[in-house]
Amino acid sequence: MTKVQLPLSKKESRLYMAFMWVTYISLLIGGLMGLLQTLVRSGKYTLPFNIDYYTILTVHGVILGLVLTTFFIIGFQFSLMGKTVGISDKQLKVAWLSFWVMLIGTIMAAVTILVGEASVLYTFYAPLRAHPAFYIGLALVIIGSWIAAFVNFRQLYVWKKAHKGEKSPLPAFMVIINMLMWFIATIGVATSVLVLFIPWSLGYAETINVLLSRTLFWYFGHPLVYFWLLPAYMAWYVVIPKIIGGKLFSDALARMAFILLLMFSIPVGFHHQLTEPGIDPTWKFIQVVLTFMVVIPSLMTAFSIFATFETTGRRKGFKSLFGWFKKLPWKDVRFLAPFIGMAAFIPGGAGGIVNASHQMNALVHNTIWITGHFHLTAATTVILTFFGITYWLVPHLTGRRLTPRLNKLGIIQTFIWTFGMTIMSGSMHIQGLLGGPRRSSFSEYAGGEQVATWINYQIAQAVGGTILFIGILLMVYIFIQLTFFAPRGVQEYPIAVEEDDAEPTPKILENWYLWIGITIALILFAYTIPVIDILKHSPPGSLPFDWPIGR
Amino acid sequence: MGKRNTVQHQPNPHESTHSLKGTFIAVMLLGVFILVSWFGFYALFLSR
Amino acid sequence: MHLHKYEKIWLVFGMASLVLFLLIIGFAAFWKGTHPQSHIETIDPQNVEAHDAFKPENLGIREVADGKYIVNIVASAFNYDFGKDTEGNAIKTIRVPKGSTVLYQITTKDVVHGFQVAGTNVNMMVEPGHISRYEAVMKNVGEFTIVCNEYCGIGHHQMYGTVEVYE
Ligand code: HEM
Ligand SMILES: [Cu+2]
Ligand SMILES: [Cu+2]
Repeated sequence: MTKVQLPLSKKESRLYMAFMWVTYISLLIGGLMGLLQTLVRSGKYTLPFNIDYYTILTVHGVILGLVLTTFFIIGFQFSLMGKTVGISDKQLKVAWLSFWVMLIGTIMAAVTILVGEASVLYTFYAPLRAHPAFYIGLALVIIGSWIAAFVNFRQLYVWKKAHKGEKSPLPAFMVIINMLMWFIATIGVATSVLVLFIPWSLGYAETINVLLSRTLFWYFGHPLVYFWLLPAYMAWYVVIPKIIGGKLFSDALARMAFILLLMFSIPVGFHHQLTEPGIDPTWKFIQVVLTFMVVIPSLMTAFSIFATFETTGRRKGFKSLFGWFKKLPWKDVRFLAPFIGMAAFIPGGAGGIVNASHQMNALVHNTIWITGHFHLTAATTVILTFFGITYWLVPHLTGRRLTPRLNKLGIIQTFIWTFGMTIMSGSMHIQGLLGGPRRSSFSEYAGGEQVATWINYQIAQAVGGTILFIGILLMVYIFIQLTFFAPRGVQEYPIAVEEDDAEPTPKILENWYLWIGITIALILFAYTIPVIDILKHSPPGSLPFDWPIGR
Repeated sequence: MGKRNTVQHQPNPHESTHSLKGTFIAVMLLGVFILVSWFGFYALFLSR
Repeated sequence: MHLHKYEKIWLVFGMASLVLFLLIIGFAAFWKGTHPQSHIETIDPQNVEAHDAFKPENLGIREVADGKYIVNIVASAFNYDFGKDTEGNAIKTIRVPKGSTVLYQITTKDVVHGFQVAGTNVNMMVEPGHISRYEAVMKNVGEFTIVCNEYCGIGHHQMYGTVEVYE
């Protein structure tokens, strides 16, 4: 692995910062919506100006689930590529194009939602019909991200040509895996949007095949969450070891884990469709088995993280069984925030196995447990790791420093987030097990004891949500400080290197044809027959419905 | 935030098993947690 | 590629746990028949009355054998149609004795809905063009709220009913 880090030019840094800006503006807007949702659901507050609950829920889901994540990830990944394989002027221009295409798409979708023409939630399930501008906006976001993916592919290709026989830098390898997965997965949702939704929303096609559109959506929907998780894993594998003063645990195992994630993240979408009619249960079960396979690279990751901690601690001379654990840099927010993220992934991952357990899915499907689950995994594991990256990435890009004061504010931020999320996500999990539904405004339903219990938990969620929103304000403040006001200086871009005597990484790990081939074969195996089934047994299509969403 | 000491070269960690004892115990606890919670939820599912 | 001895043990242990989970749910699904609901039966969403089960007079609960019931429901934004009682009022509550076996059959006339008897394992997606079916033994006494748990529009949270299981 090349040990030199390339300097990031001013021009490049501006691009990466542009992505960060969209991220933090999204966090503020989306976070405000989240706060309002919890307040409405507590039953003690109603939205002003006749704003509909589901409009703000759509904003929240789209802005945080689709926009914030995608922008942060692409920006961060560009910076990793810039650091390790470099970016040419021409590539930089195309990268800017990807940014603008994504941004225009985002604005189109956002405006359509805000004027109340697209209260369809971020999953936009047919036959609810939003204004065509919403679908076109989403399509642009995806197309913009593809441009970014192809720039990344090109970056590595050019580097490889100049470094014949060398293995690609680990961070670049990981970025390519994630973008490959993203590209293969988004083909599904892009097909759905371009072929099914846009013609139908414009009135060119009279009806839509609902089950097909959902199947295409979830073919994308699960890899979507892995697209969020992989950059967090990148930070855990290559950044955290450096921050704690250690080295990579194993270059080869890290690559192996990412390859497994690529292969098994996609052919598993049915685990979101387990309670749907119209899909053969045997094929559901087959995808459940594949879903369980994707747990394995996470088991590897868990071992690798602990091992990095322990090896590093023992090097520093801590002999007792867990002495190394106490001496981790707890006061360094660059470590603490991602660490809490890792810890949240323990209950998050365990919950995920429960969700995916075939018939047991009925226990939790579409209850607020699910919302609790992904606020642990996405909004804690992933987001806290992204915050952890922000603390050094933004000052690195702006030529400033993370000062002790900002570090301390970051630590406070991490605690606020942890505390607020424990309350909110915890009460969501419990309420969900008691049957409380997700995606629901405040309601007393038919009354009774069961509903009264739900409402108590919703009040707890409002408390947690309020604390979280304070955390968001603090994080945005820190972002602005790091961008404009922190003292000038040099902030390290932490990338760990291998042990001097590390074993060589097997060449086969970079055999792209092989891994992409297996990935495609698995997808074809998992989807061909059920999709033919869906097409063959499809009922009469569905006409569009506008009035249920208030259009 | 200061740089942490750069480490001295020591025997390859891959070679000595005892140095990863803590890791081993930690991951096994994680495994037990997954097992216990899964069976707990399965029991709840069966009871309904 | 070298795996540390402990990592091997850990991965074997982890994978064995996953296999154990799969064996348990696989056995329950394929041998005991407790798959999640999946019926490849389709219907014309614009004409659900053409199907016997969803004719207006057949909606609601019916005892088909001793301790065996069928409940037919038509979902639409934002209502569950359980039929009408003798006075012509819409039924909102389904009553069954404890321990009875109930087959829920539901379809939708418009958009996607959910159907969950909260606190039980009856939890299904309801999609236009498809019939959702799930048979459950109502083991526990109590009042269970039926909720629509898939977003169906601005009145989504006003779509509900009740199942009462008595001794
Ligand atoms: C202030 C912090 C936050 C609060 C208070 C909050 C609150 C909520 C609540 C109450 C819901 C569920 C509403 C319902 O089901 O009716 C929700 C849904 C959701 N949240 Fe958050 N959230 C926060 C942060 C985040 C973050 C950082 C992310 C993304 C990484 C996120 C992603 C989502 C998504 C994707 C949904 C699903 C929307 C849907 O089901 O259509 N949230 N949030
Ligand atoms: Cu998934
Ligand atoms: Cu609904």
